[in-house]
Amino acid sequence: MSIELIIGILEIILIATTPLVFAGIGELVTEKSGVLNLGVEGMMLVGAVTAFVTLVITGNYFFAFLISILSGVIMSGLFAILVLFLMSNQIATGLALTIFGIGLSSMLGKEYIGTPIDGLSPWFFVIFSFVIVFFISYFFYKTKMGLILRAVGESHNSAHALGYSVIKIRFLSILFGGSMCALAGSYISICYAPMWQEGMTAGRGWIALALVVFATWKPERVLIGAYIFGGVTILQMNLQALGLRFPGQFFSMAPYIATIVVLVLISSNRLRIKLSAPASLTIPFYKGR
Amino acid sequence: MNDLILDIKNISKSFPRVTANNKVTFGIKRNSVHAILGENGAGKSTFVKILYGLLEPDEGSIDYNNKPFEINSPAEARKNGIGMVFQHFSLFESLSVRENLILGIDKTMSYSNLEKKLENISSQYNLPLDLDAPITSLSAGEKQRVEIVRILLQDPQILIMDEPTSVLTPQEVESLFITLNALVKEGRTILYITHKLEEVISICDTVTIMRNGEVIDTSSTSNFTAKTLATKMLGQKLDDLKTNYDHIRDETNFEVNNISCEFNDPFLTDLKNISFKVRVGEIYGIAGVAGNGQSELMDLLTGENTNISSGEIIFNKNKIQNFGPQKRRDLSISFVPENRLGHSAVPELSLSENILLSQFPKNNFLKNGIILKNNIDNYANNVIKDFNVVTPGNDAKASSLSGGNLQKYVIGREISSNPKLLIISHPTWGIDAGAEHAIRESLIDLAQNGTSIIVISQDLDELLEITHKISVIYNGKLSNAFNTNEVQIEKLGLLMGGKNE
Amino acid sequence: MNSFLPMIISRSQSSNIMNFFVPIIAILLTLITGSIIFLLLGFDPFYALYTFFISPISTSYGVSELLVKATPLALIAIGLAFCFKNNIYNIGAEGQLTMGAIFGGGIGILFHDTNAFWLLPLMIFAGALGGALWGLIPALLKTKFNTNEILTSLMLVYIALFILDFLVVGPWKDPNGFSFPKSRAFSDSGRMPLLFDGLRVHFGLIITLFLIFVSWFVFSKTMFGFQLKVSGFSPKAARYAGFNQTTLIFLAFGICGAFAGIAGLSEVSGPIGLLYRDISPNYGFTAIIVAFLGRLHPVGIIFASLIIALTYLGAEDAQLFLQIPSAVGFIFQGLVLFYLLGAELLINYKLTFKKT
Repeated sequence: MSIELIIGILEIILIATTPLVFAGIGELVTEKSGVLNLGVEGMMLVGAVTAFVTLVITGNYFFAFLISILSGVIMSGLFAILVLFLMSNQIATGLALTIFGIGLSSMLGKEYIGTPIDGLSPWFFVIFSFVIVFFISYFFYKTKMGLILRAVGESHNSAHALGYSVIKIRFLSILFGGSMCALAGSYISICYAPMWQEGMTAGRGWIALALVVFATWKPERVLIGAYIFGGVTILQMNLQALGLRFPGQFFSMAPYIATIVVLVLISSNRLRIKLSAPASLTIPFYKGR
Repeated sequence: MNDLILDIKNISKSFPRVTANNKVTFGIKRNSVHAILGENGAGKSTFVKILYGLLEPDEGSIDYNNKPFEINSPAEARKNGIGMVFQHFSLFESLSVRENLILGIDKTMSYSNLEKKLENISSQYNLPLDLDAPITSLSAGEKQRVEIVRILLQDPQILIMDEPTSVLTPQEVESLFITLNALVKEGRTILYITHKLEEVISICDTVTIMRNGEVIDTSSTSNFTAKTLATKMLGQKLDDLKTNYDHIRDETNFEVNNISCEFNDPFLTDLKNISFKVRVGEIYGIAGVAGNGQSELMDLLTGENTNISSGEIIFNKNKIQNFGPQKRRDLSISFVPENRLGHSAVPELSLSENILLSQFPKNNFLKNGIILKNNIDNYANNVIKDFNVVTPGNDAKASSLSGGNLQKYVIGREISSNPKLLIISHPTWGIDAGAEHAIRESLIDLAQNGTSIIVISQDLDELLEITHKISVIYNGKLSNAFNTNEVQIEKLGLLMGGKNE
Repeated sequence: MNSFLPMIISRSQSSNIMNFFVPIIAILLTLITGSIIFLLLGFDPFYALYTFFISPISTSYGVSELLVKATPLALIAIGLAFCFKNNIYNIGAEGQLTMGAIFGGGIGILFHDTNAFWLLPLMIFAGALGGALWGLIPALLKTKFNTNEILTSLMLVYIALFILDFLVVGPWKDPNGFSFPKSRAFSDSGRMPLLFDGLRVHFGLIITLFLIFVSWFVFSKTMFGFQLKVSGFSPKAARYAGFNQTTLIFLAFGICGAFAGIAGLSEVSGPIGLLYRDISPNYGFTAIIVAFLGRLHPVGIIFASLIIALTYLGAEDAQLFLQIPSAVGFIFQGLVLFYLLGAELLINYKLTFKKT
């Protein structure tokens, strides 16, 4: 194998993994505050389609990303209102968000399937994905705001008793998660693909959720996990391209199988999951008690 | 200038089913230790939660430093110099002591001052702390210290302490009192919530007595004796309970032999070489401060955990350590774990349905896996009648009952099966005085009729009142057993603090 | 406190009346929102709603189509109720459906030239088996390795779809199919009998109604149903009672998988008649909405399946007559679930307006 080929593969891995990092780190922040949002896939799709459509209409990349992130804020804001103010079941609400997002994105993008666009170079975002992970890590462990966010995820009653606004902190964490998911989606439709196709995130949102468990809720480990998945995905694509006498579908399954295997390996250590998961994850907070 | 720091006028608060506070009115003098005394369910906790901004009163007003004061959140209470130490603490278990303290500081205070300020507080009030330890590794007394230090960093004028001694050993209580005295000397005011008479007499200047959500009296402590306080607190006098040793047969029917259990989990306490014997008709008490292995031991006794490292449990010559709960019930053992809502009963289900949680072999509840609803309803109705459970009927959801009534129902469910052995944890935790008395009485009656009973409880007074034998669990180890009518309380206190001779 | 914002007060006992009204409130709110969306899209909302919800079922053919769509939804949803009652979030019914179609359809392909009475029962059995086996994988991973069933069951959907794809373009491809990605057609005795001449509604409906009745009996009369409920409400109480939670998880997943598998098989042996790539328009996911909207109750699920099936038909008509993308059906489905979840607050809390 030549050096160029190896560098080429590494480049592709970096480019393919970046959306997982964005979505994973966004969901991690949300979960650290004690909220599980299963709507990642839906928010990514809506983010992808809004960015794409905006780009086609305005031709402006900046607007495309801006509108996309705004869509993530709105989608996750909807989720936040339901789970924080109406105290709905987080798991069911997250599923609803994903189903809603699949429908909404497919409706918005109907006329844009196959529309050609000029893709944007991914490298700024690849670098930005590393920056954001290290920033979040710094934020959690070196700043008071980060400590407060972790404390809210640990025990909302104690945080409330100390005078912190649980709802406000969770709301912001959910919005951050939503905007990162939308960013991941817009990156896929504008830099990575670049095109719009229904359901084009292909389960990456769910893999991002698995990444958070894999990372045992630690920011830097999201990077490691994401690159394992990214690596597996690219590897199987390359193997498929080599035209081995082995059905392509089995290669395509690889990332999903890898996700299951990794989840099993991490989760089978019950104590570790118990100690690292935010203690109030999925538990609604009700003030009047 | 009025010397009242707080003047409380006509505070009322109702919840569905109960009026927790009814026109509560009294004043708290500046620079004093003011007690609020009352039984469980008297409305003390509701009142202090209102004062700390955790609950909003339905009506009434509070003057603070002679000015009307509205507290809508804990944040406001803290900003105005009101701090609170919670009965079950408001700490973040997985974070370190240092992080917990930082979370208690205002934006205005700089971190660099923290260590120095801590040093001052620690030495001044006799409150040593290890800053890097995670909260999970601390004892209850140490956790309370963290809470107190965290509040002192705020320099509060008023310190609310909600049942601060309920999780402490008698010796830790003494050192807490030293700290409290030092705080009052500096001009702070302490609001001390308790149901323990001696504590009121020994450290409080003034006492407000509450019963059924109302203030009965507020007066200087010197006007009272323990006896007169008790009369006011309880209202009508309840009969003293008497235990009797005569009916106990000298025949061991339950024996725990050298049980050890390792969990490898910082949230749980490992159990080490636990042995004890219970005779027919005997009530055996296990005392101890919370978190010393009680719930872990309870799980082994009920069969919810059969994963022991070594040892055996013998009941009527059967080795049962590997039996699950249902198999143990088949041998006529019944259990009541500590938590009513979600453990011994399912709040979302009806009282009838809750009967099915513990099915005893004699009861005709099932036929080929199909539920016989009439038989269950009959059983439920009998429990409701025999144990005076106040409820609209057997189809009411368990969550709609008051704590005392639900506990009577759950214990009634178990007693009605005529068990040979009853294992019960914290039988009267968090319930009103009337239900408490009824439950203790029914336990004594049950033993009188030949049932052996094991009672695990943090409430030492309860164990002294109803048990024949008592031992103490500390850090997963169980002490020798003593005859309850002969043992000295100081001795038990030392054991609860981990000091053996 | 703002006096125009209601206060949320906890109820001492959850309200049974609200339990009944909440789905209705959710549907009404969805219709209102739908009208607004149509209005924004520039349509007369009444005409659009009529096109969406009334005209699709104004003929006997339309009613039959409604039942064809409602059949798999109701069957999967009642299966999901076994899981959801037990607080197990199996969201991989789509994969279990696919596996059922593969197993049952595989039998159909194997005996494509056989006409015998036993063929359909065998295919149904194989479908149930395939779905159940696929459902048992997350159950095994959850009980043995503490692995989150939400993520594993979902990943298995993708894997099942790839397996189906592999089969219909590979070994099971119709040799006379001009290399279209589809299998041979099943023999006539491998097809679900039609209930009425000229209408597509088929025997799968009868199977579904029967299984819904059985499930109702299990939920309300048997110890097993009680155990599921207790274990869902409070796992600690289930442990106290001595119920075997591992068994409960396996049974819930197994039953749910089997039902989804039968649903998948009755799709391919009903309206479709062979195996190909897109056998299900997301029935497995949409059934989650049906289960919640029906409040996990058999009767509720029947009604919910009809309503959600209508959104499928309505979306097709809306695309045909109004040129609204059919995905708007999914939006309605998402909306109704949002409103439902939000309105659930009313079951356990009440709202009061209070002046300060």
